[in-house]
Amino acid sequence: MEIAPSPVLIDVAVKLAVMLGFVLTVVPVMVWVERRGSALIQDRPGPNRLGPFGLIQPLADALKFMFKEDVTPSAADKPLYLMAPVLALIPAFTTIVVIPFGPTIEAFGRTIPLVIAPAETGVLLFLSLASLGVYSLILAGYGSNNKFSLLGSIRASAQMISYELALTLSVLAVVIPVSSFYLPDVVAYQQEHVWNFIPQFIGFVVFLIASFAETNRLPFDLPEAESELVAGFHTEYSAMRFASFFMGEYASMTALSCLGVTLYFGGWSLPFVHLEGWLGAIVGLLVLVAKVGICMAVFVWVRWTFPRFRYDQLMRLGWKVLLPLAILNLLGVAAMTLAGWI
Amino acid sequence: MEMLIFLLFAALALGSSLVVVLHRNPIYATISLVLTLFCVAVLFVLLGAPFLGVLQVLIYTGAIVVLFLFVIMLLNVGREESHGAGQGLQIAGALGGAAVFFLLVGLALWRTGLPELHPLTADLVALKSLSRDLFTEYLLPFEIVGLLLLVAVIGATVVARKPPQDGPAASTANAEGAEL
Repeated sequence: MEIAPSPVLIDVAVKLAVMLGFVLTVVPVMVWVERRGSALIQDRPGPNRLGPFGLIQPLADALKFMFKEDVTPSAADKPLYLMAPVLALIPAFTTIVVIPFGPTIEAFGRTIPLVIAPAETGVLLFLSLASLGVYSLILAGYGSNNKFSLLGSIRASAQMISYELALTLSVLAVVIPVSSFYLPDVVAYQQEHVWNFIPQFIGFVVFLIASFAETNRLPFDLPEAESELVAGFHTEYSAMRFASFFMGEYASMTALSCLGVTLYFGGWSLPFVHLEGWLGAIVGLLVLVAKVGICMAVFVWVRWTFPRFRYDQLMRLGWKVLLPLAILNLLGVAAMTLAGWI
Repeated sequence: MEMLIFLLFAALALGSSLVVVLHRNPIYATISLVLTLFCVAVLFVLLGAPFLGVLQVLIYTGAIVVLFLFVIMLLNVGREESHGAGQGLQIAGALGGAAVFFLLVGLALWRTGLPELHPLTADLVALKSLSRDLFTEYLLPFEIVGLLLLVAVIGATVVARKPPQDGPAASTANAEGAEL
């Protein structure tokens, strides 16, 4: 592989700036949506003092996090304890490199595919980078030297490994008819046919449930179950280190929403309209943002509507329901593709 | 540029694998193993086999080493203490292992002769041809390896299972799950 000359490096830098800007903007907005949304569902006002509709509240929260005292427990394993919050951010911010956010455009005498890393291994790269997220939870739990943290991180690692299987298998079922791991191909396939959530509805349901478990959101937030484990794996963290876990959670929700939208809801494309060129690039990005926004709203909606699963129920659902369902779905899709039905 | 990346990650891989072997705290050793496997994945990508690199991260760093850490945390393995008496035995063991390794490699080379080496070509490690070879030419070895792993998993489960007790014992799997 040869390293690309500098003008292409500039393309990559610009594309990175767009996507990172997107994810970094989503995080504070989501904090506001979560707090206002929970208030709406629980029939109370929520934060409404700072700015119109309390919109400046996330800024105030961030300032507060910065000025809080940063406590490190004296019994903590210091290097691991300090490393964990940093690792929480890495998978969320690296996985977005394979998400396409527009058509291939011709500009400055070059063809530029609007995906940061046009890698042949697209989806697999996403899954492999996302699977590294569990390390931050494990190290946080072990490094804190606190029994609640340790229990939280043991739960986290078991849960994430179990649901990763179902998630991966449902993603592979999408890849079979497209016969490419490259996500722009998946979008192009959906432009020609229909959005994947119609032919792949079972796979979509498995993906949806598994993505709640992978992001540790209710109803699967066992690693930080307040009523049993104080705050689970991040019990001992305060100030910016706590905020970094918080940001990691919202950023991985964003990344998984991007993947879900791209796999099942046509990504940046619109049905019946063929977007191309610069107009397509701008509209495509807005469409992607809108679709991801809807997904994030569903995350919030589900969190404040469903009660938490018990741990054995969680494991039973993962291994005895979702995994067989995902395998059957994979076999079914493969058979149908061979028969030429999809 | 490519050389620079190679040197950086090769050095990191060597350094972190040394930490894996030499560090006394099993958690640190396992974390270094993660770094080693990640660097090897980068080397795969540099060799023009991004598919193998991604699988390396997905399977080894993303799943298998997580299980290592899981077990280490569950058993709460402490730091390894150095005993004066055990040291000599350890060195002897290491030397013995190295001797057996070189003996076997030497034996294999002596019996087969040094096979002619071909540079990796792009289509050998490309996604499509690799999977086609795996499911046609190498199907039998592939299935045998899969069967072997399955047998190992079942064997480990049987060995680790508690012997059945008398009386109306609750389902062990569920009881253990509830404890976590």
